[in-house]
Amino acid sequence: MSLLIYAESENGKLKKMAYEVASYASSIASNMNAEVTAVTINAEDVESLGQYGVGKVLNVKNESLKAFNEESYVDVISKAANEVNAEIIVLSQSANAKYLAPALSVELEAGYASNVVALPETENGFQVKRNVFTNKAFGMADITTDKKIIGLSNNAFGLHENSKTPEVVDFSPEIKGSGIEVKSVDKNTDKVSIADAEVVVSAGRGLKGPENWGMIEELADVLGAATACSKPVSDMGWRPHGEHVGQTGKPVASNLYIAIGISGAIQHLAGINASKTKVVINTDEEAPFFKAADYGIVGDAFEVVPQLIEKLKEFKAANA
Amino acid sequence: MKILVCISHVPDTTSKINFTDNDTAFDKNGVQFVINPNDEFGLTRAMWFKEKQGASVDIVTVGEKDVEPTMRKCLAIGAEKAIRVDAKPVDAFQVAKEIADVAKNGEYDLIIAGRESIDYNGGMVPGMLARLIGAHFINTCVSLEIEGDAATAVREIDGGKETLSCKLPLVIGGQKGLVEEKDLRIPNMRGIMMARKKPLDVKQPVTEVTKVEFKSFSKPAPKGDVKLVDAENIDELINLLHNEAKAI
Ligand SMILES: Cc1cc2nc3c(=O)[nH]c(=O)nc-3n(C[C@H](O)[C@H](O)[C@H](O)COP(=O)(O)OP(=O)(O)OC[C@H]3O[C@@H](n4cnc5c(N)ncnc54)[C@H](O)[C@@H]3O)c2cc1C
Ligand SMILES: Nc1ncnc2c1ncn2[C@@H]1O[C@H](COP(=O)(O)O)[C@@H](O)[C@H]1O
Repeated sequence: MSLLIYAESENGKLKKMAYEVASYASSIASNMNAEVTAVTINAEDVESLGQYGVGKVLNVKNESLKAFNEESYVDVISKAANEVNAEIIVLSQSANAKYLAPALSVELEAGYASNVVALPETENGFQVKRNVFTNKAFGMADITTDKKIIGLSNNAFGLHENSKTPEVVDFSPEIKGSGIEVKSVDKNTDKVSIADAEVVVSAGRGLKGPENWGMIEELADVLGAATACSKPVSDMGWRPHGEHVGQTGKPVASNLYIAIGISGAIQHLAGINASKTKVVINTDEEAPFFKAADYGIVGDAFEVVPQLIEKLKEFKAANA
Repeated sequence: MKILVCISHVPDTTSKINFTDNDTAFDKNGVQFVINPNDEFGLTRAMWFKEKQGASVDIVTVGEKDVEPTMRKCLAIGAEKAIRVDAKPVDAFQVAKEIADVAKNGEYDLIIAGRESIDYNGGMVPGMLARLIGAHFINTCVSLEIEGDAATAVREIDGGKETLSCKLPLVIGGQKGLVEEKDLRIPNMRGIMMARKKPLDVKQPVTEVTKVEFKSFSKPAPKGDVKLVDAENIDELINLLHNEAKAI
């Protein structure tokens, strides 16, 4: 038995998700007496994957793979899967992984389940629990093919150490050219993205206008958080579309989600429910968000948020 | 240019989700069905190509007869022809295979699907479809322009955007941004009348192969009550987040 993970990196640095995917795969492997191999593309410090149970790394270094490209990356990962005869392939649910996995499943003739939140149950087939109906429910999906691809939801499994010293081998398959050309990448590198964030600070129509987002950004800064917003806020152009979270926007599965001036409509909650701890700040104690949150403050954002920023700064200073 | 828009028929976003048959099937009782929101953006973008660039626009849905009202709605919005593959969707691969067959027979240049459906929301069909027909694929697509046989698209990535170009044929996984919310089309009376006369072809499925099957469903455990903290006592919130929730 052999498992392969795609360990994603950005600018050479392995992402937290890569370690989470490694933890998940090695947890499957330890029940099956199998080995976990990771394929990395232009990543540094790949030995660190050993800490989470990876036994072998197929280390790809190739200038032409510097920018992400679906066609070339699928080519590399499927060749890596064939190299180690992988029966189970695990990826994260980052934007890029979601882009790659369906094509990989066709390439490898593997069944693919996305948005998986738990380890497989193997008493009766190979069933994985996944989010369905945008987090309103779970489904047990039985993958019936010999090869299986699992898309692990971010933050669903967490990090679990299982220290190994991995064998690192250079892997340089021949790569087919891609018909898709990346013209430009416009990425805000000094901001945390919603997908990567441990903490997300989100604000809604209760903030009254785009000019009031300064305190939201400051709060996010203090917490090292990503900023997000409700759908009307992006529809009105107060914030960029990329910040829209919810059922029809981005899903959020952070450790902490702070909702400020957001009523908590069913479509909003659906998309953020997978977050572990939810905090709401709203003037209206009847706002539906209070039913979905763990902690709440009934109060005016314009008074509460500045205080929260100050107190958090003090807390950070004291706990630094 | 021939465009095919993939339409998935899904419960309205306000629907309460329940299951029946011993939690093995979605309970459609009392549920209103709509065009999948991501597909609605794609369909409206297709209308723009039709009106501005003379493209033809067909739609396809893999589903049983109950999906037809949703398909008629798409015809009322302006699609010319609807194709229903008469099969109960079981998994993404099967759906992708069926659409691939329609796509090959119809020789479409551009296939617009949604980033994900909001029911089983796998985000799996469009990428599989592209591979099956040997077309390029651009996911989380928020802007699309076509000149001749060249496409320029913007894709949303984690924390930003990326501009890509490629030749047709192309499959996209589209979403909001392809058009703005305010520009979404709603069927008018004339459109609804015309839709009645437009073709809605029913096609037999070509495959029975599935790779992933849902065995059962469940709902998240009910949540405990919210802990309210006084607006004057922010220290208490920080204490709870730090010591109880271990979130900061
Ligand atoms: C098909 C469809 C899909 C949708 N998808 C999404 C989605 O993905 N994501 C999403 O977010 N929405 C979505 N919606 C919209 C959703 O139904 C709600 O309209 C939206 O979430 C409301 O946004 P809001 O909470 O910012 O605004 P509002 O509902 O207007 O709420 C504003 C809140 O701010 C509070 N408030 C006002 N002043 C203050 C103050 N000074 N301090 C603190 N609080 C204050 C108010 O009490 C109120 O609760 C969708 C709707 C449809 C029909
Ligand atoms: N049964 C179906 N019929 C037609 N198109 C579909 C069907 N299911 C999914 N799609 C298309 O594939 C996209 C992504 O769906 P999914 O992979 O199910 O999340 C949808 O937005 C549709 O465009």
